Amino acid sequence: MRPNFESRIYMPYRYLEDVAIADAAFEAWGGSLEEMLMSASDATMNIMVSDLSSVRPMQYRHLRIKENHIDMLLFQLLQELIYYKDAEQLLLLIRSIRVEQHDTDWSAFVEVAGETIDPERHDLVVDIKAVTLHNFSAVQTAQGWKATVIVDV
Amino acid sequence: MSIPPFLQRISDTVWEIPTSYKHGMRVPARIFATAKLLQEMDAGVFDQVTNVAMLPGIIHYAYCMPDGHWGYGFPIGGVAVMDPDHGVISPGGIGFDINCGMRLILTNLTYEEVKPRVRELVDRLFARVPAGVGTSGFINIKQDEFRRMVEKGARWCVKNHFGTEEDLKNTEEEGCTPGADASKVSQKAVERGYRQIGTLGSGNHYLEIQIAKPENVFNRELAEAFGITIPNQVLLMFHCGSRGFGHQIATDYLQIFLKAMTSKYGITVPDRELACAPFRSPEGQDYFAAMKCAINMSFANRQVILHRIREVFADVFHRDPQDMGMRQVYDVAHNTAKLERHRIDGEWKNVLVHRKGATRAFGPGMEGIPEAYMKAGQPVIIGGSMESGSYLLAGVETGHSAFFSTAHGSGRTMSRAQAKKKFRGRELQQQMEARGNYVRTASYSGLAEEAGAAYKNIDDVVDAAERAGLSKRVVRLVPIGNVKG
Repeated sequence: MRPNFESRIYMPYRYLEDVAIADAAFEAWGGSLEEMLMSASDATMNIMVSDLSSVRPMQYRHLRIKENHIDMLLFQLLQELIYYKDAEQLLLLIRSIRVEQHDTDWSAFVEVAGETIDPERHDLVVDIKAVTLHNFSAVQTAQGWKATVIVDV
Repeated sequence: MSIPPFLQRISDTVWEIPTSYKHGMRVPARIFATAKLLQEMDAGVFDQVTNVAMLPGIIHYAYCMPDGHWGYGFPIGGVAVMDPDHGVISPGGIGFDINCGMRLILTNLTYEEVKPRVRELVDRLFARVPAGVGTSGFINIKQDEFRRMVEKGARWCVKNHFGTEEDLKNTEEEGCTPGADASKVSQKAVERGYRQIGTLGSGNHYLEIQIAKPENVFNRELAEAFGITIPNQVLLMFHCGSRGFGHQIATDYLQIFLKAMTSKYGITVPDRELACAPFRSPEGQDYFAAMKCAINMSFANRQVILHRIREVFADVFHRDPQDMGMRQVYDVAHNTAKLERHRIDGEWKNVLVHRKGATRAFGPGMEGIPEAYMKAGQPVIIGGSMESGSYLLAGVETGHSAFFSTAHGSGRTMSRAQAKKKFRGRELQQQMEARGNYVRTASYSGLAEEAGAAYKNIDDVVDAAERAGLSKRVVRLVPIGNVKG
């Protein structure tokens, strides 16, 4: 089953306390590639806003991301969320996601939804500048998929 | 942690890792630090500075400043000087926040005059200088005008009545690095940045009201040269950078360099964040021109924030900012790559100097510092934690040992996640207020992350920089009011 917002019961991720002391680091998992991408996106947004449930689905965007490596697909997805945070002052969460592979190309079709940043309603934490490539990985495991990400804050 | 055995002591404050340490090192690594600071440095610093030593065209040493800590590609506090004709440029040697930097402003007000109005000043500054996640600024310009602004830097601001010519004279590069080319910047970078002029950002970015207590003046002659002449004089210091604009430029070119580095130029690096291209290559020159746009945008950002600070002080004290002596001491950049002229092996040469989390610190008489500071040396601003205070220093002649570079801050000792677990933002705010430092923050979680205990001791860092001959202390500045993102 492809994951969507309603099926997001528990998307696992954890922050790595002893890594990247000046910034933020996390691991995110999923049984499927899509679940991992959704989990990593949540982990990224959760660095900036402490309660993801406070982000209402008031505006939608549809993203199409194409890369020839899975890790760069993840990289571009997370960078898109950071882009919208600055370019449109939007906090966005994934509503649904589908990944397709054609030959060596990977494509992600993503519906995101969220709302304009509101300091009165959103408990904002710290701004993310960029996703770094330091120790950056998205790998398949026996349980599914795992991402390791460090972001510059 | 004890001092690693591979570090060779050159002096009390200079340590070297020889080229035999790691295959591929073209030069040794040199770390400026006391034994105490060295013992506190994370292992990532040694790994990264020796990786930097592998970059093609690197001259003399890969350097690390006393506040060094683990970064991306380069360590924070990393300095690398390259032959521009045979060497590379690496975005990792500048960082994502291009021209993150510091600005210091004088007033002729004393603590006694300001103390009754500190809360009002900080509250108004908090309201009028946007800080925090994804904030937009108070300058309303279209994207085309933004592209013109990033080529002109702070000059654009002065032309549009957001500052004075004197502000420009007392800014590194006079607020505008020549050679910026907005056509080398992506549309995404423009879209991320054009609404962010006049914003602080978050994390370790801040705006502080500070005082220069008489007992904290280390060098009276230099203090007077920099305009600090009154006991308990009030100054303002703020720290911010090129916002989403610079961050996107760094991200864009990191990916461009990753694609071209090996396939086109046959360069391999041990860390993707050290991706680089020959400086004279099309990719290298495009990045250099785009990076300069970000440098200029950051100078413009700090210039309009200064304008807003002057407005707030004028509103609160009902006096003209000029009448209150609100002049700029200096503005320094931390994350840059610049072509500079240095004496190398007896000859003057143009070289490319990467400084990442490191401050330029030109000595007395050097071209490029304001005429008024020729005898004193370039002012250097090194920020401490929000609880410890900061320093104003001066560049010195012996700074040639690190191409006139010095530290930029305290450096962290505790991760953000650990600090958030250990400290509570509201408690910290109350404790700081009880100690006479009134803080307003856009995020209490963010405030907890910035607890003073999460940082190295700034006094140790500055002491090491002075003993290493990189810069010398002028005044220690104590915060009494703070706006945090």
